[in-house]
Amino acid sequence: MSFKSAVITFPGSNCDRDALCYLQDLTKGVVYNIWHEEASLPRVDLVILPGGFSFGDYLRSGAMASKSKIINDVIKHANDDRYLLGICNGFQILTEIGLLEGALIQNKNLKFLGKNCFIKKKFKNNFNLSIKQDQVLQIPVAHNEGNFYCDNETLKSLKNNEQIAFEYCKGEFSNSEENINGSIEAIAGITNKKKNILGMMPHPERAYSDFHPSQDGKLIIESLIS
Amino acid sequence: MRIKILIRLKSQILEPQGKVIEQSLNNLGFNEFNNIRQGKLIELDLPDSLSKEEKDQKIDSACKKLLVNDIIEEYEVLG
Repeated sequence: MSFKSAVITFPGSNCDRDALCYLQDLTKGVVYNIWHEEASLPRVDLVILPGGFSFGDYLRSGAMASKSKIINDVIKHANDDRYLLGICNGFQILTEIGLLEGALIQNKNLKFLGKNCFIKKKFKNNFNLSIKQDQVLQIPVAHNEGNFYCDNETLKSLKNNEQIAFEYCKGEFSNSEENINGSIEAIAGITNKKKNILGMMPHPERAYSDFHPSQDGKLIIESLIS
Repeated sequence: MRIKILIRLKSQILEPQGKVIEQSLNNLGFNEFNNIRQGKLIELDLPDSLSKEEKDQKIDSACKKLLVNDIIEEYEVLG
């Protein structure tokens, strides 16, 4: 059976087209593009909430998008144990909905970070099965609010339940900092307890094609369809 | 009636904008200005016909549902 997926577009999304190409090229299956005002989602294996500045990041990043009409069906999709991936603004939207714990606050150094960064897998889940432990991935980031925050109790539970999917690390050929944005324990991506929802700040859809400097982003889709 | 809701990041959350504002003020000679934190103020109108309980309940509900993220923020309705 072919892998079906969908990308939700909000006003202000700017990585939806990249996410569509990423899914089309790597899954070879049907990919739907769904406008946020739609009432329902087709039945798919994976939904991506893409990066961008949904609703201009007004109030808080992801706050407005988390109340969009399509979100009810996105929650149903996730409650049905199907995959949901939030990238960058998509991650912020997932925390605002409450599907993922914690929050994303302004980067520690106040800078918008648009550069390549390095991440590695922390705990195993279906999104990172094809990635070896200690394998360093080069994936770009582009965010102003990517500093992951949660209280100590939540952090403890994220660790106990092995919900930390990715953490920032030092790259072999880079002088980049280990923790680029000040996130607690350098967290770059987390899952829910059931591990069918992943939110991550780095953009794997900007690291898969031959014309990208890195193709490490492929590994996430390969993990899901393998 | 005009309602003012003050929203600020909880004290344990880093607020980098306040730090930069403080640095600039200090550079301008305002050396006594310390521990600056920036928040946001939301102003809105509610009908005068609402009772105090109805008003409080509506504001609380709006804050919890949208205006405030209680993981990182706290709010106060200004009198």
